Amino acid sequence: MGKRIGIEVSIAAADAVASTNVDVVAAYPITPQTHIVEHLSELVNNGELDAEFIPVESEHSAMSVCCGSSAAGARTFTCTSSQGLALMNEIVFIAPGLRLPIVMILANRSMSGPLSIWNDHTDVMSIRDCGWIQVFAESGQEVYDHVLFSFRVAEDPAVSLPVILNLDGFILTHVIEPIEYWDPEQVKRYLPDFKPVNTLDPDRPTTVGAFGLPGIYTEAKKAQDEALIQSKKHILKAWEELGEVVGRHYKPVETHLTEGAETVFLTMGSIGQTVAMAVEELRGRGEPAGLVKLRLWRPFPFEELRDAVRGAKRIIVIDRAISYGGTGGPVASEIRSALYGEENMPAVTNFICGLAGRDVTPRDYIAMYERSLEMTQSKVGQEDFVFYGVRE
Amino acid sequence: MIEIRLHGRGGQGAVTSAELLAQAAIQEGKYAQAFPSFGPERRGAPVVAFCRISDEPIRLRTNIYTPDLVLVLDPSILRLVKVGAGLKPDGILVTNTKYSGPELRKELGITHTLVTVNATRIATEVLGLPITNTTMLGALLKARPVVPAEALIAPLEKRFGRIATKNIAAFQRAYQEAVIDRP
Repeated sequence: MGKRIGIEVSIAAADAVASTNVDVVAAYPITPQTHIVEHLSELVNNGELDAEFIPVESEHSAMSVCCGSSAAGARTFTCTSSQGLALMNEIVFIAPGLRLPIVMILANRSMSGPLSIWNDHTDVMSIRDCGWIQVFAESGQEVYDHVLFSFRVAEDPAVSLPVILNLDGFILTHVIEPIEYWDPEQVKRYLPDFKPVNTLDPDRPTTVGAFGLPGIYTEAKKAQDEALIQSKKHILKAWEELGEVVGRHYKPVETHLTEGAETVFLTMGSIGQTVAMAVEELRGRGEPAGLVKLRLWRPFPFEELRDAVRGAKRIIVIDRAISYGGTGGPVASEIRSALYGEENMPAVTNFICGLAGRDVTPRDYIAMYERSLEMTQSKVGQEDFVFYGVRE
Repeated sequence: MIEIRLHGRGGQGAVTSAELLAQAAIQEGKYAQAFPSFGPERRGAPVVAFCRISDEPIRLRTNIYTPDLVLVLDPSILRLVKVGAGLKPDGILVTNTKYSGPELRKELGITHTLVTVNATRIATEVLGLPITNTTMLGALLKARPVVPAEALIAPLEKRFGRIATKNIAAFQRAYQEAVIDRP
């Protein structure tokens, strides 16, 4: 086991990317992702990382470069946040359609109007249906581990799909905490060299990204969806082997104190740890509370989610984004959908909080718990979501 | 778990102080967390940084509202910001000031244990600059040895390279000169 060092999560994330001997990094700096890109640029500049760092003029170009380099067979990385993701949006949808195994770190940040640089999940929820594998990390160590995991899964020839690794902006990116680095032997054991399924090659001309006429588009999309669904078994295998290499074990859905729990919180990302403290406090008072953490967002782990909440009477879904004029929080909407028609389906109560980095403490989660108990005394509809702590 | 809140002005290195403390604690085999008050950097504006140190993994990812220690890098902030907000009853306020503990206590109505040091003078004399972040760490460790003083040497050397010696000297002098004033 390596020694834990005190380091900023962004720097560790960049070091993890560098440890894969990435070939191409194309990114444009944007808060709160900046330190990741800056550090990679430094490593390339210092000669510590033998990669092409392509300082593009926009995120649209960043993802365009990534598609080109990945199609040419290069291990490819990019990183963005919020408005940057919005600007690259057009190309984000193309990467999985072309089965290009790009890895992107998304340092989650609010979408503007009004301008905000702080953390929530409105950026990633805007591309929910982009076709990438999407995972969430809860701590600096998880970010580090999941950089290696993301390359491993994306480049698995049986998967060949891009991966988005989500980490909460500031709450994770700007925190110094203990992180255990992998040694080069562990990286080598876990992550094979990238052997692309198909590459652009002047000697063997192929077309990547051809026109999809109505006669073939539906089939192409069905194949893409199938590829994403099928990626799950390779994702599970990649987590299993990660556990064998570094002794840390990850699952698509993780639970804490759910045994006998009548009310379970459901979280994504870094707030899981803070909510765990609230749940422990509630348990200490004799309240049957539990916690379910969704790590894998796409492909959605339906079975694991259903198993995790089975027996609960109510779920408190914490959303950090809004589906305006729709169903409240996008995560709650997915959870309801995943559980619809299940026997003894738990009531889903939905709290939107932590927008633009507003601090949410264990005490707040306990207040949500109490509110959820009150709400579920009568029937709760999808329109009954709560903007927690909003001043009106 | 020990929670420390640091107050300074943008550019004075409050965040660096929090980082150095966390790195020293982690190097000692403890768990620690350091982070800034998230936002755009504004040189000169009052800023806050946070540090948690614990024997157990730290899961709390919120700001610090009830600190055990408050460290003030810039004396002008004492009259601008409620630096003592939420400070635990047995908590300690550690501040850079040219005044003595009893004088400051009387002027500001401080009821907590107070640790004072003239860090601006020390930093100006030793570093040649009134940047007090590393100096004030000496006063903090005098107030409460949250990490052994020696544990800070390696992080200071890593962070400051050739000017580390001066920073270490300023840190050590503040440790010597800081005065504890109990209520």
